[in-house]
Amino acid sequence: MHELALIQSVVEMVTEHAQGRCVRRVKLEIGKFTCVTPDAMRFCFDVVATGTPLDGARLEIVEIEALARCRVCGETFVQQTLWSCCPCGERDYDRLSGDELQVKEYELDADATV
Amino acid sequence: MCETCGCSEGAETKIVNLETCKTRDPASNHHDDSHHHAHLHDDGHFHDHVHDHDHSHSHASTVLLERDVLAKNTALAARNRAWFAGREILALNLVSGPGAGKTTLLERTVRELRHTLTIFVIEGDQATTNDSLRIRAAGVPVVQINTGSGCHLDADMVARGLAELKPSFGSVLVIENVGNLVCPAMFDLGESAKVAILSVTEGDDKPIKYPHMFQAASLLLINKIDLLPYVEFDLNRCQDYARQVNPAIEIMTLSATTGEGLENWFDWISAPSRREHGGTFPQPLEAVLDLK
Repeated sequence: MHELALIQSVVEMVTEHAQGRCVRRVKLEIGKFTCVTPDAMRFCFDVVATGTPLDGARLEIVEIEALARCRVCGETFVQQTLWSCCPCGERDYDRLSGDELQVKEYELDADATV
Repeated sequence: MCETCGCSEGAETKIVNLETCKTRDPASNHHDDSHHHAHLHDDGHFHDHVHDHDHSHSHASTVLLERDVLAKNTALAARNRAWFAGREILALNLVSGPGAGKTTLLERTVRELRHTLTIFVIEGDQATTNDSLRIRAAGVPVVQINTGSGCHLDADMVARGLAELKPSFGSVLVIENVGNLVCPAMFDLGESAKVAILSVTEGDDKPIKYPHMFQAASLLLINKIDLLPYVEFDLNRCQDYARQVNPAIEIMTLSATTGEGLENWFDWISAPSRREHGGTFPQPLEAVLDLK
């Protein structure tokens, strides 16, 4: 399953960046078309974070909608499915968002900020 | 162990070089620096754009990170891609579900083209060297990557495979990925193109059911067309679905067993323009540097 090791990467990344300080919140941005399931990410996070500086931290997931810009009419439109076409009917577009998978920010525990 | 997919819990990747009959465990291995492409240090050679932006709140501090979870693989894939481009190697990532006929097609391709093209192969499977032994018997150099319980190849595995295989300048490298229509779509290997294979025994709605893979592919090969009289597979509907998720996808129908339609596939691989537009550089380096 993807989500387990993706979360392992997240925990390792944040732990390293926080230099071992306790973390109380992690915010992920996940694009609508990214091949991960938010619920599975939350489940895995609780398991993987146990015993690490992220133990007990809240995982906040923000889903980024899929936006595309039509190369024919120039309109920016929301894609509901991976194959949604522009309202003008064309399928020639540049995707602007929807493929993200990033750690946006994390919040240190109060005691950690010395 | 795959760093970004939890399906390989503790299993180790192995590189099997059929030329030297040696098996390497990449976790305990270092390559000499003359192969600058060969290995990656733990801290990576990439630097992503990180902001450290502490806000001094009275109760907590928020740190803006903005780091891509897949950044490491993306960076390694970019390095692979540049490596291929510098050597004018056409690198193809062959993807499909299990049993679509990747190995049989590759076997046939190698046998037919090895006297006109220089071909190297990286085989990816969870276990065994079965596929790589078939390719070696077909007459070209091959390395087997066993992912353990891993469900896909990643850029680091490919880099380590390249260090063993040492594909030559101007060659064609075919990477046969693990049979899986989901995960390989997420992991860039640095290839010039993904070639997806779908067999008529799998169902004509596969492109719409696994849209990420078919959107990522440049070419779709519909295989086993000799079996069309015996299965309920609507060729036109399948192609419509593929074009719905990827209007630019090229589609060929063929049979790796009977040979029908293979000429188009061979012409596609052999076309000189394929190499010129692969990788990072739109033209061969010698043209860019005006060395002719």
